Amino acid sequence: MLSQPIRYTFGGDEQLFAEISESMSLAAFFKSLGMVQAIEAQHIDGVLDVCLANASFQVRFNPDVIHPDILLAKVKALESMAQDQSKQRLDTRIVEIPVLYNDPWTHETLMRFRDRHQDPNSTDLEYAARINGLKDVQAFIDAHCGSPWFVSMVGFVAGLPFMFQMVEQAKQLEVPKYLSPRTDTPKQTLGHGGCFGCIYSVRGAGGYQMFGVTPAPIYDPKQTLSYLKDSMVFFRTGDIVQFKPIDRAEYDRILEEVENGTFAPKTQAFTFDLQDYQADPEQYKKTMMEVLYVD
Amino acid sequence: MSINVIKPGLATAIQDKGREGYYHLGIPPSGAMDQYSMTLANLLVNNDEGDAVLECALLGPELLLQQDAIVAVCGARMSPKVDGTVMPLDTSFLIKAGQTLSFAYPTAGARAYLAVAGGIDVPMTLGSRATYTLGALGGYQGRRLEVGDELPIGKPKKAAKEGQHLPTECIPPIEKEMPLRMITGMYIHRLTDEAIDRFFEDTWTVGSEADRIGYRFKGGRAMEFKPRQQPFGAGSDPSNIVDACYPIGSIQIPAGKEPIVLHRDAVSGGGYATIGTVISADMDLIGQMQPNYKTRFVPVNMAEALEARQLKQQQLDKVRHYLKI
Repeated sequence: MLSQPIRYTFGGDEQLFAEISESMSLAAFFKSLGMVQAIEAQHIDGVLDVCLANASFQVRFNPDVIHPDILLAKVKALESMAQDQSKQRLDTRIVEIPVLYNDPWTHETLMRFRDRHQDPNSTDLEYAARINGLKDVQAFIDAHCGSPWFVSMVGFVAGLPFMFQMVEQAKQLEVPKYLSPRTDTPKQTLGHGGCFGCIYSVRGAGGYQMFGVTPAPIYDPKQTLSYLKDSMVFFRTGDIVQFKPIDRAEYDRILEEVENGTFAPKTQAFTFDLQDYQADPEQYKKTMMEVLYVD
Repeated sequence: MSINVIKPGLATAIQDKGREGYYHLGIPPSGAMDQYSMTLANLLVNNDEGDAVLECALLGPELLLQQDAIVAVCGARMSPKVDGTVMPLDTSFLIKAGQTLSFAYPTAGARAYLAVAGGIDVPMTLGSRATYTLGALGGYQGRRLEVGDELPIGKPKKAAKEGQHLPTECIPPIEKEMPLRMITGMYIHRLTDEAIDRFFEDTWTVGSEADRIGYRFKGGRAMEFKPRQQPFGAGSDPSNIVDACYPIGSIQIPAGKEPIVLHRDAVSGGGYATIGTVISADMDLIGQMQPNYKTRFVPVNMAEALEARQLKQQQLDKVRHYLKI
């Protein structure tokens, strides 16, 4: 399935970069994840951080402690072990994220930056629906929240999840990034670029198309909410996300819960089995939803 | 006791050696952009080398001392002034309670480091006091300094002395044109051979978008990427890749136009092809580049990069020996 060798290249004298595949797929993501887990399990002296990104990974290291060539040899030696791991199961979580699609705040923002967009005469949602061959905005939203997403990378800025939807490649929603990045994006905007969805964890610059906003904070250095007490960053690579469309009234209600500190996203522990999923994706997704909505 | 911020300057923030281990969550190392100068300043006031300092960019702050303190300024040539009297750079000196510390405009360099004996004593966040502005994390309330901030000063662990100075040969010169050494790799195979030649031949000028996240360079010729059927998920521009990790110091060329070198507040990943990475020994130089400073990129191999890194550490050993630390 993914038979090409991993391509290694050094990022200066402090990073080892590895590309699993040029193109995105669930198989490439799982192989990257397997490598990252195998490297982390070794606790190699001099390794500062192991970063996973969609179909590649990066090891940040201190070359005073470990020579780059020795690190490379150690990482390469883990390839066969990682292969076995990628066949194994992934202990993860299913998380429900409420979304107000087509909200007034991203709409106000996208109208301000129409001159940077491919199609200044339609909104990001209208454009995305059209170029994906869907009949209208509602059909696009139905597809967007109709299947869960894998968090395939956390980064860009603190705590921002990149997500890859669990549908066959022909059904993946694909949109280009803005022609030129915006200087502003509302906090907790749902974005989309290439085949990846994201949630902007903080307000700031961004180039992804904007579809909606979630009232759920996913990054908080002050750690005031219960589910951010253990870590100021909520998402981990491997998390499974199900978006739930909400209306303005529910958005406001959740926002109130966030403000008084009682909100927590619906989260269930789950063991994901790649082979079971690939054997019958539609049935497997139904099972996942039963787990998420068990109570 | 503390330091009172009368004027914050252009972009003054608390920095140290930075935090490691959170880049996989999008939280970059942060810390002083010129680590060498920060270390020199700490050594001069007999601090631990990783104590927090003030990084003062281009236009320095004005500070009122609420206590006597031994301080030192290294890095950019921004002379410190005590109640208006110019004091030497790269030398420890005493400021008394009630006196004001300010800075001259830089005659060279972009970032001065002010170390205070005892260190700036804000709480640690994820193992460091470094400010990461984009994530509102660390430093003083996760942001740059503002008027009226009260910066707590730690109790010195070791006695500091006035008049400590550095061996001249250990103070790195700052020029308006400084080459940056890099290891090529990453996605450089996406560029045409002509584009790679041009990248190394041309002289690049620091643009106005130059901050702790990254430095954008302009003035060189545009570069072409090899045409290809874009891989699934990469996006349509030939400079696009499936979003991947960005090394600290990595060089990307969005749309083949202006190279961007990421620094210590880097975005941790994204969808532009990177073509190589500035070596760790030369990252400090970038921190001292003002807009309109110039550079050429020089390819080196790993052995040369590690040797340059060693050389820098030997310089610091020389300073430690000289100061009898």
